[in-house]
Amino acid sequence: MAPRAVAITSAGLVTALVAIPLVAVFDRAGGIATLNAADWAALRFTVWQALLSALLSCVFAIPVARALHRQRFWGRETLITILGAPFILPVIVAILGLLAVFGREGMLSQALMFIGLPRIHIYGLHGILLAHVFFNLPLAIRLILQGWQDVPAERFRLVAQLGLGPAAMFRVVEWPVLKKTVPGAFLVVFVVCLSSFAVALTLGGGPKATTVELAIYQAFRFDFDIGKAATLAVLQLGFVGIAAAVLMRLVGAPKTDVGLGREQVFLRRMTPMRKLLDLLVIVVVASFLLLPILSIVAAGVFELPSLPSSVFQSAKHSLIVALASTALCLLFALPLATFKLGQTISLFGFALSPLVLGTGLFLLIQPYANPFELALVVTCVTNALMALPFAVRAIGPAFAQINADYGRTADMLNLTGWARWRWLYLPRLRRPIGFSAGLVAALSMGDLGVIVLFADPDRATLPLQMYRLMSAYQMEAASGAALLLLMLSLGLFWIFDQGGRRGFRT
Amino acid sequence: MKASLFAAGIIAATTAVAHAETLTVYAPDYFTSEWGPGPTIEAEFEKVCDCDLDFVPGDLLPRIMLEGKNTRADIVIGLNTDVTAKARSTGLFADHGQDNGKLELPIEWTDSVFLPFDWAYVSFIFDTTKISSPPTSFEALRAMSVDQKIVIQDPRSSISGLALILWVKAVYGDEAEAFWSDMAPRILTVTKGWSEAYGLFTDGEAPMVLSYNTSPAYHIAFEDDQTKKAAIFDEGHYGFFELVAKTSTTDNPELADQFMAFVLSDAFQNAIPMTNFSYPSAQSESEWPQVFADLPAPEKALFFSEDEAAAVRAEAIEEWRRALSQ
Repeated sequence: MAPRAVAITSAGLVTALVAIPLVAVFDRAGGIATLNAADWAALRFTVWQALLSALLSCVFAIPVARALHRQRFWGRETLITILGAPFILPVIVAILGLLAVFGREGMLSQALMFIGLPRIHIYGLHGILLAHVFFNLPLAIRLILQGWQDVPAERFRLVAQLGLGPAAMFRVVEWPVLKKTVPGAFLVVFVVCLSSFAVALTLGGGPKATTVELAIYQAFRFDFDIGKAATLAVLQLGFVGIAAAVLMRLVGAPKTDVGLGREQVFLRRMTPMRKLLDLLVIVVVASFLLLPILSIVAAGVFELPSLPSSVFQSAKHSLIVALASTALCLLFALPLATFKLGQTISLFGFALSPLVLGTGLFLLIQPYANPFELALVVTCVTNALMALPFAVRAIGPAFAQINADYGRTADMLNLTGWARWRWLYLPRLRRPIGFSAGLVAALSMGDLGVIVLFADPDRATLPLQMYRLMSAYQMEAASGAALLLLMLSLGLFWIFDQGGRRGFRT
Repeated sequence: MKASLFAAGIIAATTAVAHAETLTVYAPDYFTSEWGPGPTIEAEFEKVCDCDLDFVPGDLLPRIMLEGKNTRADIVIGLNTDVTAKARSTGLFADHGQDNGKLELPIEWTDSVFLPFDWAYVSFIFDTTKISSPPTSFEALRAMSVDQKIVIQDPRSSISGLALILWVKAVYGDEAEAFWSDMAPRILTVTKGWSEAYGLFTDGEAPMVLSYNTSPAYHIAFEDDQTKKAAIFDEGHYGFFELVAKTSTTDNPELADQFMAFVLSDAFQNAIPMTNFSYPSAQSESEWPQVFADLPAPEKALFFSEDEAAAVRAEAIEEWRRALSQ
């Protein structure tokens, strides 16, 4: 098959994997359901908080990505990796970690009370935004940083040589980078926050913060109104579609921006003031992102040695699932990253509520096979589907840039088909591919996804085992399991991400 | 001829090796985990049944509803009273065939389909190092300082959260919404499920949490921690019962019946308190482990029948939602 045919096949497969289960659910439910006033209120609130969360995540991510890009300091690479940790945390762990810092009895409140100030009240819309920025800022930073790193080194040399001031520098270098990366980052964060449920509810302080996902869960679990669950899920998909249509239009076609693929070096000395500001930005953001992580580490570290062996057994199952999901996800992601519509299609797997997706798959499989025997396969496929937008987002802009830079040369050389992939794309996509693989693997480690319907009795995954410990009142052991999960997720992320950077040469 | 004899031999051999029969039991995840009652119950039942008990973990009601008559389950264990109306309406469950008179519950049990295997009182658990004079009634809770925060579960996503809403409705009736309005500033936050709320409580974020009066048994028995206690209310507490039922589609009705009888036997009942942290349904107080007998308990159980609960549920949730959304 030619690459073009592969791209079309991938797009078709992903669309089918989302659409067919959805149709199966509607078929079973006997059509769409009518929504009540509370549902519409939930929809409005969901979209509103997702827009704000995405906006704030991007606004904060820009200065951080810029500072991380232009400053060199000891431990920079490690810091960039660790800053990604919040994004891959299981929800319940992240909530407890965040509240250990920002909660009523958290570190910050304790410190404020120590100096005679009132404690902070984190529960409310501001709490939701704080949590969503905590989760998604790392992703936004990485996506924007990626864009910066893709600017040819020659551009910076030229800027230095011409002695361009900050304003001209912004116009020539920074604006094109932002234009290329920010709409995509905004879109992904928006989609992530659209499906928020436990975080929004807990940090939002109660039913004021009811999201669509809660309504879907209620319809599914209590009322068994799967028609309503599916109707809400379709509305959610609709918002993703609208957001994608608006935002992808903002991303202009990349202009030729070719260089020799040199390592970027900064020739011009920065004023001490600017350097100080950059470092301040990095310190503030690192504390914000890492303090909750540290509290998770502190809670779990002494539990690690005494974890029951079944927890390690489940960690092994999770690793296998994560690696299989990663391979599958990249198989879908590479072809989809090559065209704009593909990038939108990639969003649908994540945007469709996992409960509805799981229900659809269950209905489709059940007449032919025992769903529990297929549990791990289904988990791999759905994990791959759900991680797809992140992988495609990381690879897409880099792919477009390669075509803009070298496409014509390659055309002249008649470099087409697989040869074009082998010699042109793959070597230059190494870094985004490594980053995506790390992200997908880490997300698959922590994901519970469709497990409620497809739980394998003999092969529990690590997050499931952690929840079991919690239900058995073993909160301390659960903290140990959470830390193990965090370490494995970050470890996987680090290995793939580093693998992508090593030997990065073109 | 030879080949078919050979095949017949293999078939005979495989059936001889395998257990005579398999009993498939759908159960919630916490039930089947190594820390739950599942493993003990499986071992005990297999001692007496000459069969293979196969637990399948996961969400019960949605799965049963999706599978309908094709369900592989012979037994479903871990349903609770607030979803039985829906479960019953499917016609997928058969009579349990057991004598309800053997049950030792704080209310009279008349259901012939769903059989309780354990129970507890829905309660607020508080930290004695932070709350020195715990409330003894809903009115006292309502009058507590707004600095004494509590964490509850959302009745739309959590079964214990729903039990609280019904409890308040049983006590306050038409005044329930006013009660919730007064409680709003005292409720620190509302969580998706029990684990998040209880985690916030043990982490010290809130001094009081919605749980069960049997929860302190875990802390006393396994952590030697006496600082977590249930606040006992004069009005009485809502009863929380977990149920087991036999499917009408089972292809193994005798074995399923044997399991239903086993549920009320000591082998099953003894496993419940220290693994599920709840009272066994068919043992009197004198048979409970000492730590459970010592737990403070209310004088009176409040309970809505299935039909009563179904009738007030939507309204009660809506009142709660309105009051807490102000």
